[in-house]
Amino acid sequence: MPREDVAEFTIESVQVLAEDETVDEELIPDLSDEQLLELYESMKRSRRLDERAIALQRRGELGTYAPAIGQEAAQVGTAFAMADGDWIVPSFREQPALLVRGTPPEQILQYALGMEEGAEIPDGEGALPPAIPVGTQPLHAAGIGWGEALQDRDNVAVTYFGDGATSEGDVYEAFNFAGVYDAQTVFVCQNNRYAISTGIEKQTRAETFAQKAIAAGIDGIRVDGNDILAVYRVAQEAIEQARDGDPVLIEALTYRRSMHTTSDDPTAYRESEEEAEWEARDPILRFQVFLEDRGLLDSETEDEIDERIESELADAIDQARTANEAVDPADMFRYVYDELPPYLEAQLEAFEAERGGETDG
Amino acid sequence: MAERLRMIEAVGETLRSELERDDGVVVYGEDVGRAGGVFRATEGLIDDYPDRVFDSPVAEAGIVGVGVGLAATGMRPVPEIQFQSFLYQGFHQLAQHVARIRSRTRGTITCPMTIRTPYGGGIHALELHSESFEAGFSHVPGLKVAIPSSPAETAGLLRSSIRSPDPVVFMEPTRLYRSFREEVPDDHEVPLGEARVVEDGDDVTVVAWGSMLRETLDAVDEIDASVEVIDPRTLYPLDTETIADSVRKTGRCVVVHEAPRTGGLAGEITARINEEAFLYLEAPVERVTGYDVPVPLFAREDDYLPDADRIEDGIRSALEF
Ligand SMILES: Cc1ncc(C[n+]2csc(CCOP(=O)(O)OP(=O)(O)O)c2C)c(N)n1
Repeated sequence: MPREDVAEFTIESVQVLAEDETVDEELIPDLSDEQLLELYESMKRSRRLDERAIALQRRGELGTYAPAIGQEAAQVGTAFAMADGDWIVPSFREQPALLVRGTPPEQILQYALGMEEGAEIPDGEGALPPAIPVGTQPLHAAGIGWGEALQDRDNVAVTYFGDGATSEGDVYEAFNFAGVYDAQTVFVCQNNRYAISTGIEKQTRAETFAQKAIAAGIDGIRVDGNDILAVYRVAQEAIEQARDGDPVLIEALTYRRSMHTTSDDPTAYRESEEEAEWEARDPILRFQVFLEDRGLLDSETEDEIDERIESELADAIDQARTANEAVDPADMFRYVYDELPPYLEAQLEAFEAERGGETDG
Repeated sequence: MAERLRMIEAVGETLRSELERDDGVVVYGEDVGRAGGVFRATEGLIDDYPDRVFDSPVAEAGIVGVGVGLAATGMRPVPEIQFQSFLYQGFHQLAQHVARIRSRTRGTITCPMTIRTPYGGGIHALELHSESFEAGFSHVPGLKVAIPSSPAETAGLLRSSIRSPDPVVFMEPTRLYRSFREEVPDDHEVPLGEARVVEDGDDVTVVAWGSMLRETLDAVDEIDASVEVIDPRTLYPLDTETIADSVRKTGRCVVVHEAPRTGGLAGEITARINEEAFLYLEAPVERVTGYDVPVPLFAREDDYLPDADRIEDGIRSALEF
């Protein structure tokens, strides 16, 4: 039998707002002026939350925290394209997307204060708590997308993970399951160049992360992840496609501008020239210039936005602190099972007795 | 020449000397190369051994699984799993292949691999960064499980693990990484499978390992009785004789671990005492352990972990029975 090509593929890449600020007018998504400003405000809110959280961690108030500084467009753009009823299935760096989907900042802070309360899902929200193990949650998103399809509903699940996560077997299994069962799932890989200290060239020999979809038979597409207009556009198309049972993997090319987490020191593995290069491509700055050029943003509006964000965050921090003071340790027993088995009931009683004893003594 | 080292430095120095001694040793794992590991245990090794120290993809099944292959070619893999909970991602490779390859091939292919991994609570880490699953690994025949409790013990046990012809899960208590220094003799070796009597005593035996040994020593200071403290060091295979001998002498025993109680190793140790020294017992074996709940996030962690007070109470109940 002669040799012949039996499969070929290409990966498309999308950009609307170029780095030199030229705009592809054809591709500008159909968004109102208010919506455009909302995108901007969402990115800024998340950036400030991260900055304040880092400061709180440095003062010893918060535990380890994973900032998303630099990745705001990739997340806000995708989350903004979701509809009511859609599910968000986050990893541990998803503050921008969670804020857009309605998680209050105080809850994000509570989780960072080591409180399970921060992982509580508000009534009626389609969300899973942060997944700390790398690359485990895309399978849950495949399951949700499949479950929605089985029940003839049209909600989709959007899940977030990093470039490093694509090396985990679970992530491939998720693509594959989603493909086999026509799951209503969108996979968002934020290629922020690093998995802690490990650069993408040590993660894979593949040219793109988007092409990892190909082996599972689902579509993969790359987008400039620092270009919120492009991200929104690509996400909207992917979400509509997924609603029809065609899962998509989006690779958003971006950069983690700060540390991996507050326990990490990027100077051990990253050059400052590289950091400076990406500072110039910052997603918020780029969008700000676009909004100013269109006359949608002036310094007055900007001040208003900043003030609103600062006062919201100050409230959120107060609320998280108050909640932290009220932590009841016995809570660790209360949610393990629907009904406490007798031996665990006994452990809880012993625990309470011992704590009672402590206050007496 | 003996040096005063922290536990984390003892890990690094031992890896360095084993890389030097044996060309077959390969060190790899997430961030172990350029960054020197998230705890900095492998700092600088890649500079001296660039061909045998590697940053790996984020893939624990891969990290464990390729070790079987490396070993089959005659190498001695010493991978790091960044946090013990992420060894769950490689557990199927561990249980299905690493532990069994010797048996499956009647000894023709073996897996002299040492999987290092930090474990345990007490450092206010993120969710799933504080677990103690030693009992789970100790339920897999073919594996060895070692947990050091001091810098010198770390060097000695790690060296023996790397030289061991069998696979070892080497669990390092994160809480002790930087907590104190100790003289570590050069080329120090501590045999696997031998417990250490840390303190001699006649009234009660306390068995504890890892960071719980430190808590136990604090508790013992407060007790007005003669307490024998035993650090098993290797949990699988467990040195039953040293524990049973001690209980035959003291007639009482307390086992301390931070892992949840049900299915924890205190149960196994109690069973062995029943088998070997039942007629010497003057009180039931006491367990001081974590609760049967998922290890909570750090706002509740201190209430979960056994501390010197709880251990003291446990020892008193055994004494007063
Ligand atoms: C299964 C698992 N292995 C290792 C870790 C430790 N760890 C936390 S984040 C991380 C790197 C993840 O990189 P990537 O997927 O690119 O996401 P990013 O952190 O860059 O957002 C590692 C190795 C973990 N949390 N879970």
